[in-house]
Amino acid sequence: MSSIRTIGTVAVNVFRESVRDKVLYNLVAFAVLLMAASYLIGQLTAGQDIKIIKDLGLAAIATFGLMIAVFIGIGLVWKEVERRSIYSLLSKPLSRAEFILGKYCGLGLTLAVNVAVMVVAWYVVLAYMATTVPPDVRAGWTTPATDLGMLRAVGLILVELMLVTAIALFFSTFSSPFLSAGFTLGLWVVGHFNADLKNFESVVDSRAAAWFAHGLYYVLPNFSAFDIKQQVVYAQAVPAGYLATTALYGGVYIALLLTASVAVFSRRDFK
Amino acid sequence: MGRRFFTPLLLVMLMASAIGLQALRERGGELPAGPDSLLYVRSPAALQRMALSYKSILADVYWIRAVQLYGDTRLGRQADRSYSLLYPLLELTTTLDPYFGVAYQFGALFLAEVPPGGPGRPDLAIKLLQRGIEAQPDDWRLYQATGFVHYWSNQDYTAAADWFGRASRLPGAPKWMEPLAAVTLAEGGNRKASRLLWRQIQESAADDWFRNEADRRLKQLDAMDQIDLLQNVVAAFTAKQGRPPATWADLVRAGYLRGAIVDPTGTPYRLDGSTVSIDPKSRLLPLPKEGARP
Repeated sequence: MSSIRTIGTVAVNVFRESVRDKVLYNLVAFAVLLMAASYLIGQLTAGQDIKIIKDLGLAAIATFGLMIAVFIGIGLVWKEVERRSIYSLLSKPLSRAEFILGKYCGLGLTLAVNVAVMVVAWYVVLAYMATTVPPDVRAGWTTPATDLGMLRAVGLILVELMLVTAIALFFSTFSSPFLSAGFTLGLWVVGHFNADLKNFESVVDSRAAAWFAHGLYYVLPNFSAFDIKQQVVYAQAVPAGYLATTALYGGVYIALLLTASVAVFSRRDFK
Repeated sequence: MGRRFFTPLLLVMLMASAIGLQALRERGGELPAGPDSLLYVRSPAALQRMALSYKSILADVYWIRAVQLYGDTRLGRQADRSYSLLYPLLELTTTLDPYFGVAYQFGALFLAEVPPGGPGRPDLAIKLLQRGIEAQPDDWRLYQATGFVHYWSNQDYTAAADWFGRASRLPGAPKWMEPLAAVTLAEGGNRKASRLLWRQIQESAADDWFRNEADRRLKQLDAMDQIDLLQNVVAAFTAKQGRPPATWADLVRAGYLRGAIVDPTGTPYRLDGSTVSIDPKSRLLPLPKEGARP
């Protein structure tokens, strides 16, 4: 029980630090982007304004979240080491595992707050845009502008961001911020090509290479599984089983990475 | 005091200089436009991979580019540009987002439009719609749009009626689709059938752009009727006076016409000898071809 309290204390401090570091300023950028787009899109395209704002909102939530997850995540441990505050922290009744988990939960909280505020702003813009459309045109829509079903995609985006945070944190336990950012973004990109790794035998003749690629398909995080943006924008069916399995997959992968992070960090010598 | 104002003053001066140089450069005229705007990635398969999890938003970007290209070229802002990138842009859009229904429907309309209003490529319009039907085999609008291209661009009323008939059998198709197929088969090509087609589209359009386009097409049909009437009036005047009217005022003075001789958009008709035509400035141009039934 006291362990949970300790993790919570570290997490709250990480959240406060991110507020002090003006991380939440990205929300202003998000709001400005959506408001400007809602005005400009109508001038640039023939119809489909609402669809484009839905796409833009989801893409922006994912992108802003990714930037926070990577660039804050890589500094979570490194900053404490660099500022030498790690010595005073570890001299307190705080285990290394609690420190790592607290840091992770803190950034997770920051991301959740960010995503929640962005989602509210996005729905407000969509609701406003819907009021500008004549009722007879609105009647022809297959999905309402403020379809709550889109929250399924937001949910998986959040799981994806938590996974990216876990990767960034893992690399930050033993690597420099520059390399950690490179590794994290690299894994994120590779994670979107998983389907190609699975079908590698159709590209190469070597059975060994095909087996190796097939192995990588299962070992590397499959980020493309978290992307259901297109489906929710068109209100297509996404089975509850798919959502549950994908979220669980993300959770298990996060647990794996946090365990590895704790193991690496516990072996580090700060003398 | 002096140092306090130095920085703001310097900033203002530099900003003013930048604005001044911008204006100076503009006075020198624009550089000649490039041969065509660039499309860095032409392979839909490659782009789909590179888009990572941003396929939908990238599809929107390509869609906006397609609309801009079509609009710019049609309005003649850049006269030396062609529509050559229109189909590749639409292909990229619909590869990234295969459910982008409007991209198929509007895109086909853009592609089939006769020059200078469009590239005049009904073959590409049908190819695009076929891609749409592969992705969404139950969307009656795509079948209707295919029939539409056969009707207007190919003047193939049998094929058009067949596509309207197929559309009428799909879930969600409006009740008027079946009679439309019958009318097209029996009377396709005449203005009555064309008017019926556009009126149905105007009433069922789920988009302002489509509704405005249907409105423009109906006005074109009205203008064609008016031109026929005016042509008869000019012929009657010529037969009576032994010479064609020099201006519309001749016809008004002779009691053949009253009021302004304008097309449905308010642009005056042209009278050139004994020929009545739409003014080149009218947004109703180009008028559709009238198909002769085989």
